[in-house]
Amino acid sequence: MQIKDRPIIIAGILIFLAIFTFPLWSAMGKAAPEPKVELPKDVKECVAPKDYMRTSHMQLLNEWRDSVVRDGNRIFVAFNGKQHNMSLTSECLRCHTDKAKFCDQCHNYTGVNPFCWDCHTYPKESK
Amino acid sequence: MMAFNRRDFLKIAGLSAAVGLGGKTAWELLLPGQLDAAEMPAASGLTAKRWGMALDVKKFTPAVRQACIAVCNQSHNVPKIDSKQGLKWIWEAGYEAAFPDLEAEYVEDEIKEMPFLVMCNHCDNPPCVRVCPTKATFKRGDGIVMMDMHRCIGCRFCMAACPYGSRSFNFHDPRKFLPDPAPNKDYPTRTKGVVEKCTFCTERLAVGKLPYCVEASQGAMLFGDMSDAGSAPRKALRTRYAIRRNAGLGTNPQVYYLI
Repeated sequence: MQIKDRPIIIAGILIFLAIFTFPLWSAMGKAAPEPKVELPKDVKECVAPKDYMRTSHMQLLNEWRDSVVRDGNRIFVAFNGKQHNMSLTSECLRCHTDKAKFCDQCHNYTGVNPFCWDCHTYPKESK
Repeated sequence: MMAFNRRDFLKIAGLSAAVGLGGKTAWELLLPGQLDAAEMPAASGLTAKRWGMALDVKKFTPAVRQACIAVCNQSHNVPKIDSKQGLKWIWEAGYEAAFPDLEAEYVEDEIKEMPFLVMCNHCDNPPCVRVCPTKATFKRGDGIVMMDMHRCIGCRFCMAACPYGSRSFNFHDPRKFLPDPAPNKDYPTRTKGVVEKCTFCTERLAVGKLPYCVEASQGAMLFGDMSDAGSAPRKALRTRYAIRRNAGLGTNPQVYYLI
């Protein structure tokens, strides 16, 4: 059996493949810029070791949230024995003052969109 | 032979009564509140076994009422929306709206025409907590009916359950109706789709301060531990006649109105 419109069909398939794979070839050779996290200058230690904070700060924040809201316990004793007030806006942001230069850097890079800031307030973002 | 005669029964009954007298029930009967007060945990911040409030209604002037409302809205970033979709933590209600169950025909005119400050009653038996499918609203150990905004799915069962209309739904993103930045940067706003209400200022109690409205009321609002017979609201309730909103429903509201 002979297909009459063979050239049109093949052209159509090629155009489809070109559009379908657009995200792949358009970004070829271009890596997204690495996140540049601005760390606080005058403070050396966070509420937990750096590696833990890097991988698990979200779990820690969830624990803080549950502890404060549900149990009314607001004091966190850190690994080095220091006591911290469990609060995103008044404790984390005390050192990490600029959300755009700290939180957003990795969150944008990895494409996560935490909804903390839908309710919690932050000082004006730097543009 | 009789294994258990009348004499034995009386002995055991007498002994049981003696044990019962030493128990908590009898203590409560003879010295109400004393045992509870002694059991209060000591910690930083204000703690209680059962927070409650008494409002001395005749001490309120229109200016004081407005001050209480304003300081609450300002401090908790409650936006002002003039429609049925508005948000209320503490607001004014007339006698008939606040106390629909107290249908005394010849109430004192002053009382009948006075606006009352109304808010969440922090019921001992809160219907909102019972219906919440996610336990976003719950009763804390100190009696405060609290909201966990992170858990609220906006189903509004609690609003249907609350007989006082104390709960408001965020039909819009509240930030659209607030100045930018929000009035109190230390307190979160809410987001579209959650229910909110008065929390007896848990964030203030935690740092040893009284609720905002109590502070602004110039002594017209008495806040304290209802399980402590020596607390300010309990002292006032011992000598004054007080009414509660819809107490007949069995919710056991903990906001008292001294009239």
